[in-house]
Amino acid sequence: MPRIFAYLTHRNGVLDDSAAELAAAAKKIDPNSSPTAVVVGSGPQLDTVCAEIQKIYVEVWKISNPALSYPNAELIRKALVKVVPSGAITLVAHDHLGIDLAPGLSIKLNAGYVSDVVAVEGLQANSLKLVRQEFGGVVSTHVRCEISSGAVITIRPGSFKAAADLSSPGAVLDKSAEVGGLSAGRRYLETVVAETSDVDITKHAVLVSVGRGIQEKDNIAIAEELADALGAAVSCSRPVVDAKWLRKSRQVGSSGKTVKPKVYLACGISGAFQHLAGIKGNPFIIAINKNPKAPIFQVADIGIVDDILEFLPELTNKVQELRGVAAK
Amino acid sequence: MDSLSHTPQLVSGLSQGFALFWLVHVLGVLCFAYIVYRRLIPLMRAQGDLRFDHPLLRLKNVLKYWFGQWKHLRYKTAGILHILIFSGFILLALRAFTVLIVGVKYDFAMPGLSGGVGHLYEVVTDYAATIVFLCMIFAIVRRTVFKPARYEVPAKFGKAHKADAIFLLALIALLMLADSLFEATRAATLLQAQSPGSRAYLSLPWVIEVFLVQSSAASIGAFCFAGYLLHEFAFYFLLCYRPFGIQFHVETSLFNIYFAKLDREKLKPVKWGVSDQQLDQVKSFGVKRFEDFTWKQMLDFYSCADCGRCSDNCPSHAAGRPLSPRFLTIKARDYAFRRYPMFGKTGNGEALVGAIYSEDEIWSCTTCGACEAECPLLVEYIDKIVDLRRGLIDDGNVPQSLQKPLKALESRGNPYGKLEKKKGDWALAKDFECQVKRLDKTPGANTLYFVDSITSYDDRMQSVARSTARILDAVEEDFGILGPAERDSGHDVRRFGEEMLFMALRDYNVEAIESAQVRRIVTADPHAFHALKRDYAGLPPVEHISQFIARKVRSRQLDFKPADHTKVFTYHDPCYLGRHNNVYDDPREVLDAFPGLKRVEMKRSRDRSFCCGGGGLMLFYEPKEEERIGVQRVRMAAEAGANVIVTACPFCMANLEDAVKVAGLEDKMSVIDLAELVDRHIARPVHPSSEKVQETPQECAIGR
Amino acid sequence: MEILVCVKRVPDTSENEIELNEAGNDVESDDLVYSINEPDNYAVEEALQIVSRAGGTVSVATVGTEEDEEVLRRQMAMGATHGILLTDPQFDGSDGRGRASILKACVQKGNYDLVLTGVQAEDGAAQVGGMLAAMLDYPFASLVTSIEVLGDRKLKITREIEGGNKEVSEIDLPCVLSIQTGINEPRYVGMKGIRAVQSIPIPAYGASDLGLSSGETGAADAKVTRLDYFVPALGKGARILRGSREENAQEVAELVAAKGGLR
Repeated sequence: MPRIFAYLTHRNGVLDDSAAELAAAAKKIDPNSSPTAVVVGSGPQLDTVCAEIQKIYVEVWKISNPALSYPNAELIRKALVKVVPSGAITLVAHDHLGIDLAPGLSIKLNAGYVSDVVAVEGLQANSLKLVRQEFGGVVSTHVRCEISSGAVITIRPGSFKAAADLSSPGAVLDKSAEVGGLSAGRRYLETVVAETSDVDITKHAVLVSVGRGIQEKDNIAIAEELADALGAAVSCSRPVVDAKWLRKSRQVGSSGKTVKPKVYLACGISGAFQHLAGIKGNPFIIAINKNPKAPIFQVADIGIVDDILEFLPELTNKVQELRGVAAK
Repeated sequence: MDSLSHTPQLVSGLSQGFALFWLVHVLGVLCFAYIVYRRLIPLMRAQGDLRFDHPLLRLKNVLKYWFGQWKHLRYKTAGILHILIFSGFILLALRAFTVLIVGVKYDFAMPGLSGGVGHLYEVVTDYAATIVFLCMIFAIVRRTVFKPARYEVPAKFGKAHKADAIFLLALIALLMLADSLFEATRAATLLQAQSPGSRAYLSLPWVIEVFLVQSSAASIGAFCFAGYLLHEFAFYFLLCYRPFGIQFHVETSLFNIYFAKLDREKLKPVKWGVSDQQLDQVKSFGVKRFEDFTWKQMLDFYSCADCGRCSDNCPSHAAGRPLSPRFLTIKARDYAFRRYPMFGKTGNGEALVGAIYSEDEIWSCTTCGACEAECPLLVEYIDKIVDLRRGLIDDGNVPQSLQKPLKALESRGNPYGKLEKKKGDWALAKDFECQVKRLDKTPGANTLYFVDSITSYDDRMQSVARSTARILDAVEEDFGILGPAERDSGHDVRRFGEEMLFMALRDYNVEAIESAQVRRIVTADPHAFHALKRDYAGLPPVEHISQFIARKVRSRQLDFKPADHTKVFTYHDPCYLGRHNNVYDDPREVLDAFPGLKRVEMKRSRDRSFCCGGGGLMLFYEPKEEERIGVQRVRMAAEAGANVIVTACPFCMANLEDAVKVAGLEDKMSVIDLAELVDRHIARPVHPSSEKVQETPQECAIGR
Repeated sequence: MEILVCVKRVPDTSENEIELNEAGNDVESDDLVYSINEPDNYAVEEALQIVSRAGGTVSVATVGTEEDEEVLRRQMAMGATHGILLTDPQFDGSDGRGRASILKACVQKGNYDLVLTGVQAEDGAAQVGGMLAAMLDYPFASLVTSIEVLGDRKLKITREIEGGNKEVSEIDLPCVLSIQTGINEPRYVGMKGIRAVQSIPIPAYGASDLGLSSGETGAADAKVTRLDYFVPALGKGARILRGSREENAQEVAELVAAKGGLR
């Protein structure tokens, strides 16, 4: 059985949620495995993070290097190539860094590559059977990956339930010396923080979120009326921002904001993974969509198959009635 | 008019100025000729335009619109004013020339205008000059005190035109004064010589004569000289100044109307004289630089009188979109003046969009045609907008909101990206009992019902399709649909400038229609109606469903149940049924055939109908506007006292139903399509096909 | 600046209803409309804008068959100067790595300063760009949302990261970038443009032209194979409300209130 590694990410000294999920994925691949965590960074923050990792992983390989104080995928790849043995299976979270790091890593490790995996079916001789999605989540596929020379697999965050903590903490090994000096053709300059608008959707307990189904900019007013009646804020999925109907600060998703509301109304949103990735904390999700086959209905608690342009005004009326506002 | 030989006393005074007068004449004429030449330069560099056909028809237009001032009374006050001024000018023309010549050739008299006729002419022109003078005063007061809204210049379009307008009005008044002064000196001289003076009592010359007759001969002579010189200066100054502003229309209007488009509804081809097959060789489509306009389009720019009637009726302008037809023209005219000055380099080939126009301005037009319906000078707008759009499309400069439906039209034949095979599915709805023949499977029927995209695919509009089918069924019309073989008519594709995509859609449809073997075509979509009738060629006769129903009503094949007596109905004229195709009465006749139906007319109706906001591709475009066009229209219906708007166009329906919601008038106003209304009220026994038990479509096709 | 953009012809998700076929093991392909992968379109537009400022030409290449030529032509109608079809029966069934090898050979056949790909295609793999860069040993950046040409064979690029934040980096040429949607507003490609490029010859390179041995491409050498398509048995999913619109709205309003949603 090939050895399993998990590349873990952290920010500002806080370990990413995906760490425990990757451990769970590793267990699914090989229930007998003890995956090794690999983490890079520099300074005391890295040690803080390692302490957290020890609770989940039996062995933690720490690579500390000033060049890695900012996670530059180009440098990280070079570092990993120096320590990860050939034939290993390396798990990475499928996020902005994973997309940047993993494909090239698979080439340098001469390993197979499967990305954005949502489920592991099992190991058969020299290959892994995995489940992915295509066409924005409309269909799923079974994929076979040959692992005779190892594999790099990126895991969709949220697909695997976080593994439980270990009974006793694992050990941290410092691999920094094996890595040595690092340089790359891409150099980090700075991070530009997203503009804050009038509304911070991450602070709202109730969100009325609109997707492509809102059809045109003028219809956003319908969502705003409902949001007003509820005391909520209007957020949206990516296509709405791409069409310039709402500002980027309203976008919920992997390339937008991560929100943790109590109640989430997904209006005319298909439920593509990138959007759902931005919803955390298990809110009560109500989905309204014309298409009964929309993936959102898989993750929502309540579903209504209807045209949002018709349903939302009706809902606004009912909410206002509940509040005791006289009907128009 | 008598020559000066009757008043030799004045000749000696005038002869002092002989050289001066001649100089002014020569300079004036040369100046004017040079100015006109410079103004013609861009026209010589412009694209060709085929406007030299049908001279008799064109002369008829000149008689009606130029001489007859046919459109002017659409605005009463300004109309009357202008008719008076115009008539005055026409009448005074001969007099003006005589006055000019007589200062250097004293015995000159206009042939045919001597003796009694001449005296009559004199009286008439005395009053004409007076009326023109008074009109000038009135016009100045109107501009400064009453300030009609349509003359205002919004800040984004530059500074006000008022000062220039008043300057010109004052100048014309001065011209009349000078002319009257000159005439008065002759009359006074005659009076002093015991001959009859002015016979035009209370006219301006007469009033001046009353004062002059008391002066000495020497004074009168001096006034004569002054009057003549003033007249000459004013005349030539005006002549040379007019080509620098809106008054150029005095010279160009005759030509502009002569060369006006004879068939408004034939859209300008990409290039005159280039057939569809040769289009691949044309390097650049549309208008990108000023020189891409045709000479007639440039003449339009020169001929605009800045009256603002077009923008006053433009729905885009009313909604606060960046488009104002008046300024589309004025900006182009100013551009021509700037880039083709009197001296120096001409033209610099820069892109108009960016230099004087914004993209939103060009995309905002709904092509409703209200501007063209109003313009007294027959300035053409739709062709220019389409040409400018062709240029934008050619450069790939298209908003993303329009790229999506255009791409869908190319791959799926409809702007919604829906599957072709589902186009006929509206006819398969569960509780729709009518069997609709599919001519793509079994050709041969009397009538083709051309459904077009929105009615086929949109959930709301499919009910219009079903109503239309039921109506055709009720009168036992042998009809069918093309189903998946039908593509979008391409009406808006063409008007949004994608000429080649339009041609592809058109060619596909023509072939499908020919294979269907039908004798007539009927449609419930005015955009399709217009396209099939005007943009396509070689098709069987095309009719709109309202015309069809009206015929059936007249021949008593359709009777209606009484209408809801608690409702007040009003009919909204769709632009492409009414204004573009003159179908106003048939839909009204149909409504009036409902027993007890109460109908009111909105203030803006028939050819003054206010566009709903635009159909076809306009539904995808996201304009920047202050208030939705449709909302304004819905308010007009409410103002007229109606609570039901009846329309005969699916796009009007979509816009107005939407507008009712946006305006918050759901309880007070509803919108219904004419076909739907008729369908719900057919009084004759329904066609037996609904009672037939199990019938295969094949049987149905043969049976009818 | 010589730019190569790697493009892919995919079923157009906005104009198709992606469904399983009757056998339940593949996507129904009868009625599908194909077009260029949307992120690739943004990449080509970006390339065109770069050369309009910095000079040079844009080439587009795709791995496929004759059917895929139409996508190359469309991008040439948009403004790309060269189209390259990489086709060979040997390529059939290649996995991502195999396709990247083919593209690598294509890059090495030319002399490109910059290679662009779209961030991902319909399969959501987001792999070819990164693999290609690693094979060429070029620096790489994914999810690029802006490119600025600096002098001295360098670019300043912005990547999209979590929270809507942007990561700004400097990258050396030659490099590979995968482009995110929304980086620009792609120009419209009209029917006229498409007709104008209908008969321009598009060179086709096979395995021997590219110097690819049989061990690098094709199904036999693929490490990753797609076995089937399926729609997972629906899990619990949402409770679908089945009342009238008014009833549903009433129930939703009450549920929201019960969950503390009225603020």
